[in-house]
Amino acid sequence: MKLRDIAHSRTGDKGNISNISVIAFDAKLYPLLVSQVTSARVKALFGPIVAGTVVRYELPNISALNFVMDQALGGGVTRSLALDAHGKSLSSALLDLEIDGGFGDTDTAP
Amino acid sequence: MRSIRIGSGAGYSGDRIEPAVELAKHGDIQYLVFECLGERTVALAQQARMKNPDSGFDPLLEERMRAVLPICAAKGIKLVTNMGAANPVAAARKTAEIARSLGLSSLKIAAVTGDDVLEACKDSDLPLLEIDGTMRQLGNRVLSANAYLGAAPMAEALNAGADVVITGRASDPALFLAPMIHAFGWAMDDWNLLGQGTVAGHLLECAGQITGGYFADPGFKDVQGLARLGFPIGEVGEDGSLVITKVQGSGGAVTAATCKEQLLYEVHDPQRYIQPDVVADFSDVKIEQIAPDRVRVSGGRGTQRTATLKVSVGYVDGYIGEGQISYAGPGAVARGRLALDIVRERLQLTGVATSETRFDLIGIDSLHGAELATRANDPYEVRIRVTGRTESFREAVRIGNEVETLYTNGPAAGGGATKSAREVVAVASVLLPRDLATPSIRFVEA
Repeated sequence: MKLRDIAHSRTGDKGNISNISVIAFDAKLYPLLVSQVTSARVKALFGPIVAGTVVRYELPNISALNFVMDQALGGGVTRSLALDAHGKSLSSALLDLEIDGGFGDTDTAP
Repeated sequence: MRSIRIGSGAGYSGDRIEPAVELAKHGDIQYLVFECLGERTVALAQQARMKNPDSGFDPLLEERMRAVLPICAAKGIKLVTNMGAANPVAAARKTAEIARSLGLSSLKIAAVTGDDVLEACKDSDLPLLEIDGTMRQLGNRVLSANAYLGAAPMAEALNAGADVVITGRASDPALFLAPMIHAFGWAMDDWNLLGQGTVAGHLLECAGQITGGYFADPGFKDVQGLARLGFPIGEVGEDGSLVITKVQGSGGAVTAATCKEQLLYEVHDPQRYIQPDVVADFSDVKIEQIAPDRVRVSGGRGTQRTATLKVSVGYVDGYIGEGQISYAGPGAVARGRLALDIVRERLQLTGVATSETRFDLIGIDSLHGAELATRANDPYEVRIRVTGRTESFREAVRIGNEVETLYTNGPAAGGGATKSAREVVAVASVLLPRDLATPSIRFVEA
């Protein structure tokens, strides 16, 4: 299944840093996020888009992860040549990440 | 326990106006906040003020004030806004003039100034946080330097009886924190209350982004009524308790999910959300749906404020030229790629001086690059986009021209060419010792 089946996401911008939240629809699925949506996978997914580091913060209270991606906005929102200078569309790429449910089937996913 | 209801009437400068009117009319609110100041807006407003000393505030100030002032005056709702941009005093005078023209007398309008710290910064060795170099090295490219002020001067203006408080650069959550400090008399070193109040302000500051805007994803996250999206209300108790809600019958939805997304929006380390008044800690925040469109948010904390204020520095950063043209039907992608190759070669052949360029196929790879695009099938139509950074306007114009000439010189059947060139005002930041920014309040009577 895809990450989009079990989580939702929002991108924010500050200067040349993009942050992407990944929030489990169901608290029971949060451990799956923690084990599979690692900063290494996120860094690999975005490839050349993210020149700097990807740091992950865990928020178990709200079943969420927050990825902070340095040097990810083409030099910064106010000067980038990109069509989407804010990187607002980046969360949509992350939600396409493949997740190994380990359930046998995905009936438990919302 | 005492409590207040604060409405959020705008999430950015160009935001819809009628949801704010709806809040004032039907929101049962005591405070209405308009957050209208983007990162570079102050720099652009400063440029306007240099041309005309009576300008430099938000271009929609008049339209917003005319729409809500009569309702707010009748109901005693206090307005707090950063629509002052680069000229809060002129914005206050304009607001007084509008109030008089609406027949509203005896409104007390306060302008908060002191965020402009250009003189204190411009020749300093303060390092820029986002790019290499110092303030001094930016030299005469600098247009503005504005410190993010905290809630104290706004709360002081409310304490002094202001009906409308207009600031320039202030931290966005502080616009909401000020009414809480005013209403409840919170101490400016009660870090946990200021932290929880910051959670409230942070959740409310983008208006529609917590009531279902920037959220809908059909089939996965459905939201009804986005064309008449209601803006949020924060019910805040004097102990910091918080419920997020909206006007009954308005479009959109307030759910635990919309609140969680907004809690982390533009946040880095959730334990250290640095504000002028407090370092807020979101790591223990709990979010629970208690009724339809009512979400309780608790557990925000805080630690002592930092010794510095963040200063947003606007500077001229060269020019960007751009051109676009479309191709459709069979072979559209191949002709689009050929078109990009032609322009790439033309920019070299004709010696257009750029320091950075970008060649996009809109519909294929313009948002996430070529690598992520490989999994998609060919679309029916594509649009090419070429952009480049240059030192002069003249050079920037040449980029769009090279795209436009594809009409008669490029692949078959290219249509809808557009071109543009613009000066870039970019923003960087420095950290300034907080005692170098001195806020003050000026009252204007309507």
